[in-house]
Amino acid sequence: MRAEDFDYSALPKDAFELQHNDVHAHVDKNFASQNYWKDALVRFLRNKGAIVGLILIVIIAFFAIFGPTMNDYTYQSQIIEQQNLAPRIKGLEWLGFDGSETMILGEIKLEKNGYEGKFDDVYYWFGSDTLGRDIFTRVWEGTRISLYIALVAVAVDIIFGLTYGLVSGYFGGRVDSIMQRCAEILNSIPNLVIVTLMILVLSPGLGAIIVALMITGWIPMSRIARAQVLKLKEQEFVLASKTLGANPIRIIFKEIMPNIIGQIITQTMFSIPHAIFTEAFLAFVGLGIPAPMASLGTLISDSYKNFTTHPYMIMSPLIVLALLMLSFNLVADGLRDALDPKQKDM
Amino acid sequence: MKKYILKRILYSIVAVLVLLLLLFTMLELMPGSPFNDDKLSDEQIAALYEKYGLDQPVYIRYFRYVFSILKGDFGVSYNIAANVPITQLLSERLPVSIRLGGQAVFIGAAIGLVLGLVAALKHNTIFDTIATIISVLGVSLPSYVFALALSYAFGFRLSWFPLLYDAQTPFISSVLPTVALSMFSMANIARFTRTEMLEVLHSDYMLLAESKGISGPKLIIRHALRNALVPIITVLGPLIVNTMTGSLVIEKIFSIPGIGELMVRSIQQNDYNVTIALSFVYSIMYIGIMLVVDILYGIIDPRIRLSKEDSHES
Repeated sequence: MRAEDFDYSALPKDAFELQHNDVHAHVDKNFASQNYWKDALVRFLRNKGAIVGLILIVIIAFFAIFGPTMNDYTYQSQIIEQQNLAPRIKGLEWLGFDGSETMILGEIKLEKNGYEGKFDDVYYWFGSDTLGRDIFTRVWEGTRISLYIALVAVAVDIIFGLTYGLVSGYFGGRVDSIMQRCAEILNSIPNLVIVTLMILVLSPGLGAIIVALMITGWIPMSRIARAQVLKLKEQEFVLASKTLGANPIRIIFKEIMPNIIGQIITQTMFSIPHAIFTEAFLAFVGLGIPAPMASLGTLISDSYKNFTTHPYMIMSPLIVLALLMLSFNLVADGLRDALDPKQKDM
Repeated sequence: MKKYILKRILYSIVAVLVLLLLLFTMLELMPGSPFNDDKLSDEQIAALYEKYGLDQPVYIRYFRYVFSILKGDFGVSYNIAANVPITQLLSERLPVSIRLGGQAVFIGAAIGLVLGLVAALKHNTIFDTIATIISVLGVSLPSYVFALALSYAFGFRLSWFPLLYDAQTPFISSVLPTVALSMFSMANIARFTRTEMLEVLHSDYMLLAESKGISGPKLIIRHALRNALVPIITVLGPLIVNTMTGSLVIEKIFSIPGIGELMVRSIQQNDYNVTIALSFVYSIMYIGIMLVVDILYGIIDPRIRLSKEDSHES
């Protein structure tokens, strides 16, 4: 009887049974090829700096979301009698958060506590500023804005920079040459000049900062995307897709892009601290977000004016900004090592 | 090689022209006209426009603008120092800024080199960890964080150095700003030297050199460091950009009379003429330095001029 003629449906359900050889069969874990993402995750988790950075980002993001509602003050409410009060936290007085500050006037050192007598049950966790506003609320409100700008930077990177680089690299030839010359010329004018001039024309504000970031922020990403496409587009899987009649858009976004996703993620992570820095820089130059709104940059540049009399005012925004930039850099470093292990640590 | 250099010079010239177009457009877009006095009648304004050539078509004004800039005539300042030619302001302030930037890059490079070298030679020891931590901090944090921290600790608390720049004592009062500004260069070069040195130390030609009986400092300096340092030009681009950007803020914090401080002041006081002139100066310095760096790339590493189109990060 030939196999085709056999009536398989006539077999009873229990004609075959599993052999239960789990004990003998073992899956090779040492030399089996690992899933790329699983591998990357293991490498990332092994990187102590990146983990610390990630935890810090989560903590800062938590405070940025819930911090402004943690006490009764809002970012613009001011109680003018309660100005220039040093940080004071209930229960943490022994750590130095008791609302006293040391004023140094030349040789004289003066211990002062603005709360005593007048505001015994008032607590400003990070102190209050020269206009009697709560710095705690303002710092986290400012962090929100800085993170918001960071998100915009990521969006610009992906939407504009990535597309530009992919298209330029894939089509090559004259298209590539024209697109690259444009990017090159834009890139040879220093970013800070472009950003400054843009904001002068548009008048300072969140919108102007975002436009300025849009104009300058995408170039590094487009470079990386282009370089990767140039490497990949000669490979067989692209040729196969072409032969099957796929159109360029499909090849670029469905065939090539998934292969360079590691580099893209790393690059977006690097563009976040850069965007936060640009915002803080603009605030320092006097092109920041107008009052009463605050970003970390404007908080730093405002409290910088009285940083010899009330140093605590600049401490909290400066520390948050420093931690934020540091942790994004650490995470970006960790991601680069995890996703692209062949690349040199540069 | 000649073709490559010519191409680079051509790009730079186009970039300058685009820059001038951008600056000119900015001038045109700035609100207000130079003669906004209510007492002037329409005829008088027309006469003034004719006198200063403002009634000409845009392209003629553009070319006149380009020529006047190329002759080094940036016009006068309005608010900061009324009617003082900007060229004069520049000649007073440019040397201060260049000296500060130069000091920062030089000191940063020197310390960074030593740090990176020590980290590579003592790989995976406590020295390596310390050097890595310093370089991560230096690369991640903007220079004004260092400036504020330094001036709080050493200027304010300990009073070792003055908080503000003083032209009478240019050396001692430029210590803090130089250190703050040099952090990024230092960190970058330390990181770079460490990576390159680690690679070179494990290469075959080091083994060969050792087997020939070379050892000690001679081996490290002549054979390892020399080869490790060739690609260091690749970090020069980001380094210079960072120093320029940083100097704006640093000069403001320490009130150093350089062009960075002037730029910030001109933005805050709406002195457009000065802002635009300084934007031009910054861009020209940037374009010029990038041109030199790119040509150096090409000379040192022929692969770059063939494969890499352009890779300095911004």
